[in-house]
Amino acid sequence: MKPEQGEDTSGTAYVLHLYITGVTPNSTRAVRNLKDICDRYLAGRYELQIVDIYQQPEKAQEARIVAAPTLVKRSPGGARWLVGDLSDRERVLALLDLTPDPNDPYLHG
Amino acid sequence: MSTLSHSLAALAKAPTGIEGLDEVTEGGLPRGRPTLICGTAGCGKTLMGIEFLVRGIQEFDEPGVLMAFEETAEELASNVTSLGFDLKQLQADKKLRVDHVHVDRSEIEETGEYDLEGLFIRLGYAIDSIGAKRVVLDTIESLFSGFTNQAILRSEIRRLFRWLKDKGVTTVITAERGEGQLTRQGLEEYVSDCVILLDNRVVNQITTRRLRIVKYRGSTHGTNEYPYLITEDGLSVLPVTSLKLTHEVSNEIVSTGVPGLDEMFTRGGLYRGSSALITGTAGTAKTTLAAAFALESCRRGEQCLFFAFEESPQQLIRNMLSVGMDLRPYVEQGLLHIEASRPTLNGLEQHLVTIHKLIGQYKPQTVIIDPISNLVSVGSLVEVRGMLTRLIDYLKVKGITALFTALVSGRNANQEMTEEGVSSLVDVWLHVRDLEGIGERNRGLSILKARGMAHSNQVREFLVTSEGVRLLDVVLGPTGIITGASRHTQFLQEQALATAAQQEIERRERELERKRRVLEATIANLRTEFESVEEELRQTNQEEEQRREDLSQGRRQIAKGNPAPLAGNSPAAPTHS
Repeated sequence: MKPEQGEDTSGTAYVLHLYITGVTPNSTRAVRNLKDICDRYLAGRYELQIVDIYQQPEKAQEARIVAAPTLVKRSPGGARWLVGDLSDRERVLALLDLTPDPNDPYLHG
Repeated sequence: MSTLSHSLAALAKAPTGIEGLDEVTEGGLPRGRPTLICGTAGCGKTLMGIEFLVRGIQEFDEPGVLMAFEETAEELASNVTSLGFDLKQLQADKKLRVDHVHVDRSEIEETGEYDLEGLFIRLGYAIDSIGAKRVVLDTIESLFSGFTNQAILRSEIRRLFRWLKDKGVTTVITAERGEGQLTRQGLEEYVSDCVILLDNRVVNQITTRRLRIVKYRGSTHGTNEYPYLITEDGLSVLPVTSLKLTHEVSNEIVSTGVPGLDEMFTRGGLYRGSSALITGTAGTAKTTLAAAFALESCRRGEQCLFFAFEESPQQLIRNMLSVGMDLRPYVEQGLLHIEASRPTLNGLEQHLVTIHKLIGQYKPQTVIIDPISNLVSVGSLVEVRGMLTRLIDYLKVKGITALFTALVSGRNANQEMTEEGVSSLVDVWLHVRDLEGIGERNRGLSILKARGMAHSNQVREFLVTSEGVRLLDVVLGPTGIITGASRHTQFLQEQALATAAQQEIERRERELERKRRVLEATIANLRTEFESVEEELRQTNQEEEQRREDLSQGRRQIAKGNPAPLAGNSPAAPTHS
């Protein structure tokens, strides 16, 4: 369960902004899922910012947020908007260009 | 019951400020509720939305939020600059907020459960930051291209409309027209308060835009398809005024510019503010009559607007000069404006708007359209009639006297243009026609109707002379009113008869004179005769008296007894004689 799996991208730093709406179930799940992914795959090489757009509504327009929750991956590569509670682990990893860990309990199938 | 229904407040409406739309909707869009505007590409949905916001800010002091899903704030601002809408300034004044919602499938990935709370927050923030009363969501359907989960989208859009209603903002949602339904994504089922359909039709290479209110819950509304235009001042829905017949009328009479024609109306002309129609076949001097009317209006010092669909201004001026009507001084004084264009230049509605605009600009008392029949080349009969109805109503409301000419083709031929089409709209209908006799054509003019005044029933022959139009006196022949050469013949005959009658009178006068002279001579004779008799009589009387005197004197002397001392002192005169 060490992040040795993603060797190929281990050098790059991830800049992630998660936009949530308070403590709605979707947002809570998204936070939990993202924390788990960061711990499991990106330990020590990520910068995570969680923005509650209920608290800071002006940020929503700046970050072009339509759906909630939304994870905006600023880097590496082009910006990507990952919409939803991030429960599709396989898809999230693929979108973040991370190699799935076979030991990851959230990977189903 | 009645008190109850009175106490119920009518549905509150938010006036749009868009020309004509508030009349059609009878006051505006439902206040605090969403309205769906759907239509095909390029029919002005976005423009209608923006104008709703801008007019709301400028005319009703209701700040607005524009949420644009397709175009950026920059693009929108530059798109509407040509209409005189300064979105940047309004944004700077904190009256307007434009939020461009960028939805791009290539950037968005779905990773699980979500909702559109982000959109709600942005919208809520924008509304609250300026206290907006109006919201426009420009093509919210773009969301469907960015997100795949239809079930979420639909429930979220439904929630959004509910939420906007709860916020009490008057919302306009634009949507693209779909196949077989009003919108592509069936948004109409979420917006149940008011649905406006915009349409863009090309018929005979001429585009006409039309607006129809598909539904308006809780309110009556105009149900027709109303043409509308995108002008340089924004949208303009027509008709502007034709929904009610409630205009003021005038009792003032204006002259037609043809003296004889005025006399055919018992009141000596047309009512000010009425509309007159001159129909006739080709070459029956319809334009000349119209120009005479225009000239008369200018002579009164009134503004006149002359729409010529057949001739250029120069040609019109030249032609009218040839019949003694000089329009130039009035054109130079700015009293007469001749607007010439081919009917096919624009669609009907564009013509109508041009006419409206020029009327607004020049504020004429008289408007002439020569001819209206040409407009049929642009639209169908029904459309032309619709347009003219609106135009005539508009002119009447403005109290403008109007004169239209219309060409009718041939005898008993296609006259529906006038007979069924327009004649019921106009107040006065003059018909000019060829009175074709043996070897010649003459022009005849008659009044078919004149609302509100009696008029002559005669067909009057008229001449277009170098001094203008002149109506000839009615000549009654053995078979009715006669014209042209017959008129001349009749005239000569009458002249001969008159001469003969004159001679007869003179002869009788001479005869009488003669008789008088004879009579006078006879009287003189008799008088002379009488005088000689009288003289004779007097002579006789005198002598008789003398004799009697002498006699009585002789008797007195005899009575005294002294026979006369004849040479004595007695002064007996008669004795000497």
